[in-house]
Amino acid sequence: MSAPGFILVIAVAVLYSSGFYLLLQRSLMRVVFGITALGHAANISLLLTDEAITLPPLLTGHEGELSDPLPQAMTLTAIVITFGVTTFLLALAYRVWLGDGNDEVPNDVEDRRIKQLSEPEDSA
Amino acid sequence: MSGILHYLVPLPVVLPLLSAGVQFAFRGRVALVQRSISIATLSAVLLTGLVLMVGTDTYGPQAVHVGGWTAPIGIALVADRLSALMVTVSSAITLAVMVYSIGQGMADKNEAAPVAVYHPTYLILTAGISDAFLAGDLFNMYVGFEILLTASYVLLTLGGTQARIRAGATYVVVSLLSSLIFLITVGLAYAATGTVNLAQMSVRLAGVPDELRPVLQVMLLTAFAIKAAMFPLSAWLPDSYPIAPAPITAVFAGLLTKVGVYAIIRTQTLLFPGDTVNDLLMWAALATMLMGILGAIAQTDIKRLLSFTLVSHIGYMVFGIALGSVHGMAGAVFYVAHHITVQTTLFLVTGLIERRGGSTSLPDLGGLAKLSPVLGILFFLPAMNLAGIPPLSGFLGKLGLMQAGVQQGTPLAYLLVAGSVLTSLLTLYAIAKTWNYAFWRAPAAGAVAAPGTVLETSEDTAPTSAFGPISQAVGPSSRVRSSANRSATFGGNPIVTSETLPPSMLAATIALVAMGVAFTVLAGPLIEYSAQTAAEIMAQTPYIDSVFPGGVA
Repeated sequence: MSAPGFILVIAVAVLYSSGFYLLLQRSLMRVVFGITALGHAANISLLLTDEAITLPPLLTGHEGELSDPLPQAMTLTAIVITFGVTTFLLALAYRVWLGDGNDEVPNDVEDRRIKQLSEPEDSA
Repeated sequence: MSGILHYLVPLPVVLPLLSAGVQFAFRGRVALVQRSISIATLSAVLLTGLVLMVGTDTYGPQAVHVGGWTAPIGIALVADRLSALMVTVSSAITLAVMVYSIGQGMADKNEAAPVAVYHPTYLILTAGISDAFLAGDLFNMYVGFEILLTASYVLLTLGGTQARIRAGATYVVVSLLSSLIFLITVGLAYAATGTVNLAQMSVRLAGVPDELRPVLQVMLLTAFAIKAAMFPLSAWLPDSYPIAPAPITAVFAGLLTKVGVYAIIRTQTLLFPGDTVNDLLMWAALATMLMGILGAIAQTDIKRLLSFTLVSHIGYMVFGIALGSVHGMAGAVFYVAHHITVQTTLFLVTGLIERRGGSTSLPDLGGLAKLSPVLGILFFLPAMNLAGIPPLSGFLGKLGLMQAGVQQGTPLAYLLVAGSVLTSLLTLYAIAKTWNYAFWRAPAAGAVAAPGTVLETSEDTAPTSAFGPISQAVGPSSRVRSSANRSATFGGNPIVTSETLPPSMLAATIALVAMGVAFTVLAGPLIEYSAQTAAEIMAQTPYIDSVFPGGVA
């Protein structure tokens, strides 16, 4: 694999690990950043499906001198989708923060109900 | 006839998108125009679906190469028996729910029914669902999923109350994660096979190393299992769906999970034939059925209860798929069609219950069978259908799946048969509990809201919802009106309880109940159609030949 390709592989690894770490955080804002990082990772890994990624897609037209344009087209579509949805998620996070003054993701409803049941009555 | 048939294939995708554009151009100024466009479009899609169903049954799968670029370079849309059935059932459901929501908007004196973006977003949702069903291309299927999910994000958070925004954020994050897994798998599959065309990929995957194929298979399954709400990836569903307005919950519950089930059926049969993951799917099916229904029993709110039964009954379809036989697949296909209808109907009826009784919380309801006998009948029929009481279609669907399981004869298959009988009984218990509380018992004094009660919508004064601060969410006092608060508004206007139900809401619900009954009356031909569908998708070649008439390059 070429050196630029190897750098991209490292980038995907770093983005995945940091993205999943952020996704597991309490704050919705961090979750949004996590989703963004994961989106980038997915898009770069789409590009990596072509080993000749460093070559131009269309210019010369000779076999072995051009990269596959299809992953690039798919990545472009995926970027647009991720971009749009991230914007929507940002707006949601902002609205949550506006309403409650924090953007923490609450515990699961059922978990809270079970916890409530297990606590003694006088603690309430 | 067969010559022009394939021109119909793109219509279920193109028509709603076109109409959505026209509606945006009107900007919702003329409510009547918006409504007429929506109804006309969805009726046209339903008609197209019916013609496609008959057409594919007679002439075999139809493929259309968009823009005249033949596969694998261009994008193919393929309608076979399975796609045509799914498009038909889904468009019938979306049409009924649209009529229902227009009725709700008019009853609430909300002329824009309920906000200007509702109609176009709903049509885009329909287009996305159809695109996912008709896609002959893995990447196009991803795009279809994204279209329907993005529209669903908007619909779920409609009105923008705090509870909906909170639940919506969770829903968006979970859906995005599953989409990312899907996208990564599309990339991996492309790297392995050099194509995203499903037909070509199914041929080329045979040449992929045996170690790699299960990786692709399991990754795709994970992505679709999140969307289909298969245990253990189902926890997001009961927390998000019940928050939306009644018609939105109905269409989500009926259709969105089934798109995931459809994607599992399509990819498992076409791309990964064989029994590599069948045992895994069996266990997942068993866990989905039991965990879902045990969750349902613990609920006191009808909407949450129904959401849990929805998760539970996804297990039946997965069971049919996991059997890997033509019989099992036929059972799964029939069950999908039946369950879409029944689950949607039950959520619509719940919307009517809320309108009549002022709540969807079981402790607050009572005596509805006496107050509104029509509502009683409308709830009773689909509820018994869901539980699988003979001779209704739910019974026939379950019977088909169990027969297929017994035919398989392995210990695991017998375990699944036992599990599905148990789930069926527990469903009956949950349904009977709802019936006894809401319809049968004499209401306590003041328990049922008098006609004309405005359901509270202020979030500051009342305990908001299960998503509010913890002390309010689970304290005993918050049960009283919590569910009403969560679901009352539809685009900002409060719901007012009434003695007579709005006619178009009632008509739409009756139509869906009738459709559920029709599945029973027409069970013979439908099961025959499902069996042919299963044989067709298990054989693979009809699908591949329709995309590549001259053989795969």
